Amino acid sequence: MGAPEPDTAGGAGLSRRTALKLGVVGFVGAAVGVGSTAAFARLVRTTRPRYRFFTDDEAALLVDICDQIIPGDEAPGATDTGAIDYIDRQLGGPYARHRRAYRRGLESFRRTCLEAHGGPFRGLPAARKLEALRSIESGEAPQALWDEPSARDFFNMVLAHTMQSFYGSPRHGGNRGYASYRMLGLDYPQVVGQNRYPKA
Amino acid sequence: MEPGHVNAVVVGAGAGGGIVAKELSEAGLSVVLLERGDWVSFETHGQDELINQRTTPLGNAYGPDDRSPRVVEAAPGKWAVVMPNEGAYGNNAACVGSGTVSYGAMAWRFMENDFRMRSTYGAPEGSTLEDWPISYADLEPYYEKAEWEIGVSGDMSENPFSPPRRRPYPMPAFEYNREGLILRAAATRLGLHPFPIPMLRNSVPRAGRNACVHNRYCCGFACPNDAKNGTQNTAVPRAIATGNCELRTRCIASEVVVDERGRARGVRYFDGSDRARYQTADLVVLSGGAIETARLLLNSKSRLFPNGAGNRYDWVGRNLQGHAYSGAVGLFAEETFDDVGPGATIAVSDFNHGNPGICGGGALCNEFIRPPYGFTGMRPPGAPRWGKEHKDFQRRNFKRSVVVMGPVQEMPVYTARAEVDPGVRDHWGIPVARLSGGRHPSDLETGRFLASKAEQWLREAGAVSVWHNLPGRGLSGGQHQAGTCRMGNDPKTSVTNRLGQLHDVDNLFVADAGLHVTNGGFNPALTIMALGFWVGHHIAEAWKGGGLR
Repeated sequence: MGAPEPDTAGGAGLSRRTALKLGVVGFVGAAVGVGSTAAFARLVRTTRPRYRFFTDDEAALLVDICDQIIPGDEAPGATDTGAIDYIDRQLGGPYARHRRAYRRGLESFRRTCLEAHGGPFRGLPAARKLEALRSIESGEAPQALWDEPSARDFFNMVLAHTMQSFYGSPRHGGNRGYASYRMLGLDYPQVVGQNRYPKA
Repeated sequence: MEPGHVNAVVVGAGAGGGIVAKELSEAGLSVVLLERGDWVSFETHGQDELINQRTTPLGNAYGPDDRSPRVVEAAPGKWAVVMPNEGAYGNNAACVGSGTVSYGAMAWRFMENDFRMRSTYGAPEGSTLEDWPISYADLEPYYEKAEWEIGVSGDMSENPFSPPRRRPYPMPAFEYNREGLILRAAATRLGLHPFPIPMLRNSVPRAGRNACVHNRYCCGFACPNDAKNGTQNTAVPRAIATGNCELRTRCIASEVVVDERGRARGVRYFDGSDRARYQTADLVVLSGGAIETARLLLNSKSRLFPNGAGNRYDWVGRNLQGHAYSGAVGLFAEETFDDVGPGATIAVSDFNHGNPGICGGGALCNEFIRPPYGFTGMRPPGAPRWGKEHKDFQRRNFKRSVVVMGPVQEMPVYTARAEVDPGVRDHWGIPVARLSGGRHPSDLETGRFLASKAEQWLREAGAVSVWHNLPGRGLSGGQHQAGTCRMGNDPKTSVTNRLGQLHDVDNLFVADAGLHVTNGGFNPALTIMALGFWVGHHIAEAWKGGGLR
C-alpha cells in the first residue's frame, strides 16, 4: 500500500537553516519571557519550509538533475516550469511510495558525484555533469553507493517524473504557463467554439 | 434491514452487465445491479494527461483506487503487490459503464474464423486454443442489437473481409483525418483494403445526444460532449427507466452464495459505507470483467465447490488473454497532425487471417492522438531518452509522427491465469486476484509479422524514419482482458455452456469477456456487448418459460 516513509532527515523537511532560525527566535522569545509552547508553535508555522518533502539541499540537487533532463533553451525547461514542485507535491500524495527512493537516491547521487566525478554536481563542468548522469542512467556508477534504489531505477524514476511534470497537465504543479504545449504548438485549453470545434 | 429478494442480481455495470441488466429488467424481472465504482463524468479529471484511464502515473480517472490491490508474479516464484495504476495490475475500470466510459470506442465484430480458431489453424503446442461453442452466425443478431441500441458509426462497404451483416450501421462512418488520408492512399497503392474504423461514437446527433466534436483526447477519457456511447448513457439508464432495476453503486461483491443443492442464492457484498450486505435472488449474473469475475467465483467456496463456484475442473481464471499490440511508428517530413480527434480513423483487415505460416493475425489501425507525455517514450532504438536532443526530437516530431498498431489475436495458455492470493486482502478483507503466466511464443511471431506490415504501410505513405513496437512475453490482460471463464460444450474443459450458464450451477451466469474462448484480432468491446445481449436474451426466454426459478 506504499506506507508513508517516516521523515528521517531533519524531520518534516526542516532544513538546517530553518532549524537554526527557529533556535534564534526561540532564544529571543525566552529572553522576553514569552517562550510558551503556543507562541513557539505559531513561529513554526510562519517559517514553514519551502518544500513539503525535500530539504533545501535535496531540492537544489534535484532541480539541477531535472534541468539536465529537460534543459531550457528557446523554450523553458523543467526548472523554469516547476518540475521540483510537481515532484514534491506528488510525494505528498500518489507518490508517497517513492519517498524512500528519493531520499536515499539523492544521497547516493550526491556521494557518486563527490567520490567518482570530482565534486558536487552543481560545480561540475557541463561535460562532467552529463558523464555523471550517464553513469547513473546506465548503472555503471559505483555499486557500493547504490544499494536501494539502484542507480538505474533512481534515474528512470526521476526521468519519468520530470517528463510528467513538463509534458503533463499544469494542474499538478509542473508545465507552468502551459510551456510544453506552447513549445509543441498545441492549443490549450481547448475551448469549444473558440480555438477549436466551431460547429459544436 | 436487508433489502428484499429480487429475481436477478447482476454484478458489474460495464459492457456486459449493463446490457444484461437492461435485457432482464425490460423482460419484467426485478434486478439489482451492483457496481463497485460510482457515476463519473468528464469534469472530474478533464483532459489530464497524467490521470486518465490510459496513462495513469497519478491514478486511474475512472477507478479503481488503491483500496483494490492485486498480486502479480514479478519473477518466477516472486510475488509483488501492485496498485491499479501500475501496468502489471492489468486494470480496466471501476465505474458505472466501466471501460465503456473511457474507451477508444472501436466497434468491431469478430470475424467468422475468430469463432473457430482451432478448426482453422490447429492448436499450437502449449496452447489451449479451441473453437467457440457458438458461431458468428449465432451472435450476428446480437452484434446488430449492440450496434443499434448502443450506437455505432461505420461503413463496411470497402472492407471485403467484413463478416456478413443483415443491417447497415445506424450512423454514417466518420471521415478520415489527415493521417487517415495519407494512409488510405498508401494502402491502396499496396493493394490493401482500407476502410473507416467503426466507432461507438455519434457521427451525427442520435438518441437525444450530441454528435462527436473531434476532441483531441478521447481514448482514456470520458467524453465532454456525451457523444461517446457506453452502457452508462444507454443500457444502464434504460434499465433504470423500466422501474425494475435498482443500481447500487460503490458496492463490492465478495461472494456468490451457493447452497447445498448447488444453486446460487444471492450475493454478499459491502456497500458504500463498508457494511456487509446480502442480496438474495433467483439468479445471479457476473459481469465484473475477466479478472474480477474469476476472482469472485474463486472466492465463492461452498461444500459442493470447495475450490470456488464453477471450478470443479480448475478452469476458472485460466487462459487469461488480452492483445499483444504490435506495430510501427513513422516520422514524416511534413506535418501529419491536424488535431482532429480522437485520431484513429483508418483500418485494414487484410492481416486478420490467411497470413502464410502465421496463426491468426490482427487488424491494423492508425493510433489515437498521442498526448505530449505519451510521446516522450516514443523514440527509435538508441535515441536519447533525455537532454537537449530528446527535447528537440519532441519539438520537431510531435506533429510529424504517425503510429500504426494492431491487436494480435493471442493463443490461449492454460498457465496464464488469475487466481486468488492466499495472503493479500483488499480494503474490505476480500482475498485479491493474483496474476501469473505469460504469452505464447506464437503471439510474438504474429506480432513481428503485423509490425512488419505496419512498417511497410508507413514507408509507402512516405515516412522518412520508421521503427517497430513489438510485444513481450509478459502476461497479457489489461483493458482487453478475456478468457478466464471460457464457454464450451465440455464441462471438463470450460466454465460455462454456450449461453454463459455455469455447467455446475444452473442459475449462475457470466456475461463479460471472461466467456471469450479466443479474443479476436480486434478490440473486444462490441463482442462483450453482443454477448450481454445474447446471455440476457436467453435468460429472459428461460424465465418467461418458467425456468430458473
